[in-house]
Amino acid sequence: MTATTTAPVAAPSVRTDNREPSARLRAWATRAPLLPALIFMIVVTQLPFVATLVISFFDWNSLYPDARHFTGVDNYRQVLTDTDLRNSVWTTILLTVTVVLVSLVLGLVLALLLDRRFKGRGVVRTLLIAPFLVVPVAAALLWKHVLYNPEYGLLNGLLHYVGGPQPDWISGTPLLAVEASLVWQWTPFMMLIILAGLQSRDPQQIEAAKVDGASDWQIFRHLTLPHLRRYLELGALLGSIYIVQNFDAVFTITSGGLGTANLPYTVYQSFYQAHENGLASAAGVLVVIGSIIIATFALRVVSSLFREEVNRG
Amino acid sequence: MSGIAVRVRRIRRKGVGLGLVAWLAGIVFFLPIAWMALTSFHSEEDAATNPPSFGAALTLDGYREFFGTGGGASPWPSLINSTVASVSSTLLVLLLALPAAYALSIRRVRKWTDVLFFFLSTKMLPVVAGLLPIYLFAKNAGMLDNIWLLVILYTSMNLPIAVWMMQSFLAEVPVAVIEAARVDGARLPTVLTRVIAPMALPGIAATALICFIFSWNELLFARVLTGVVAETAPVFLTGFITSQGLFLAKVCAASLVISLPVLAAGFAAQDKLVQGLSLGAVK
Repeated sequence: MTATTTAPVAAPSVRTDNREPSARLRAWATRAPLLPALIFMIVVTQLPFVATLVISFFDWNSLYPDARHFTGVDNYRQVLTDTDLRNSVWTTILLTVTVVLVSLVLGLVLALLLDRRFKGRGVVRTLLIAPFLVVPVAAALLWKHVLYNPEYGLLNGLLHYVGGPQPDWISGTPLLAVEASLVWQWTPFMMLIILAGLQSRDPQQIEAAKVDGASDWQIFRHLTLPHLRRYLELGALLGSIYIVQNFDAVFTITSGGLGTANLPYTVYQSFYQAHENGLASAAGVLVVIGSIIIATFALRVVSSLFREEVNRG
Repeated sequence: MSGIAVRVRRIRRKGVGLGLVAWLAGIVFFLPIAWMALTSFHSEEDAATNPPSFGAALTLDGYREFFGTGGGASPWPSLINSTVASVSSTLLVLLLALPAAYALSIRRVRKWTDVLFFFLSTKMLPVVAGLLPIYLFAKNAGMLDNIWLLVILYTSMNLPIAVWMMQSFLAEVPVAVIEAARVDGARLPTVLTRVIAPMALPGIAATALICFIFSWNELLFARVLTGVVAETAPVFLTGFITSQGLFLAKVCAASLVISLPVLAAGFAAQDKLVQGLSLGAVK
């Protein structure tokens, strides 16, 4: 996917390099510090993906290595027609969109609350960031056993006080259970990005609007929100990139059962447990295609913020 | 005059009200962690009651259980593995990213923005896309269950973040300062260690902490590529996925202990956290 956004950097420059060996030498001396990192990244991230692409066109079950043969797009046909796999595509979309949107809205509200002076603001900020700093597997275990447990989990414990029902959260609403735990972890991430956006507003402009008699809502609607737009986009896109790939929560809370298997979990399962290398690769390529679609937008947003930064600097 | 006083009072009251809402939100979000911490100090019997026993007697039994003194597998090998994987990969990331960031900020190569975006785009390639070939390679090369394979993979996972963050920190070093040092006859090593390093050090430290967090948290690679010897802390935690009778205090102790390094690193890097998470796009 990288080819869509970049030109190879180490291509020899077309200037008068041939005639001036010293200039050429100097150009290479400038490039030299970059090369180890660049080569490392190409070898470790790009080559495996090319291999995945190749394997995805083979019928290859690692339990029967001798029966390996080229099948063209058969794996893709199978992935797209298999109900389980198609469901996992749908689950991935549903999970990602829900978690991103809910945590984005919550993050916006929290960022607005934190963007004002009050006693203990630093402490509240720290409290709010904490969920993001719990190891994902630990967070998933916390939700699964300590909060959701139908008999002695904290949620039902608290419901007990008000005489509420005692639902079995994970069996009753499995996808929602996974989503809630992810929203809890990702809201701080959104909050931090939006807060950074709020703090980069021009205070003079807001002051001027206040002097002109604009209400808080008008200022929010016509000044703050347009300014925040790109930060909201950035949060949504980066959040999508991370959550599309989520494995930890699905693996821990439901082990992919009860209709919560998303694509990363399915890919993991189809080669790690079912040994279907070809199918797993095809599913992997589909995840990549989905990510490329999101990433194209993400790169555009990052690059517009980046250009602004460069121009300012 | 009294009108202004009323308005000021109203604004102040609204401020206090919203401050309270913010406090409430903070407490709600923190509650699961606080409850996890409290439960980890309860006995297993007190941890599994409904309604919850808030004021039950405190004990270290959960921690004793977790550290294996009460029987069961010791978490120490996995904690050591996680430390080796996270620290080594972070050092390797710095080793590769620092020169690269130098060539992308201070003495820039041509098309340096393209290079930056190449690094960023690799971050958007999902881990599962390369997982199978890496697994097959590791199997054939005899590198399964080898912590150094994780070190290499974690390095590739964090290198783009580090390059982006560090190029933005290095770009903040004023060119004039570097020029002045050169004019005064300072050679490159001197410029690097005496001029650039002190100014960029806080940024480099934050970058290192963020890379450490991501490596420490990683599960999918570790789960697929390690087994007995190279098991990391998150993989150790997956042992708690299926219930084992009364084990809440133990789970809480385990989750808390394994999260502590991340919490510590995260709060230490708090100010630069956004910049790292947004790959340097937001300051």
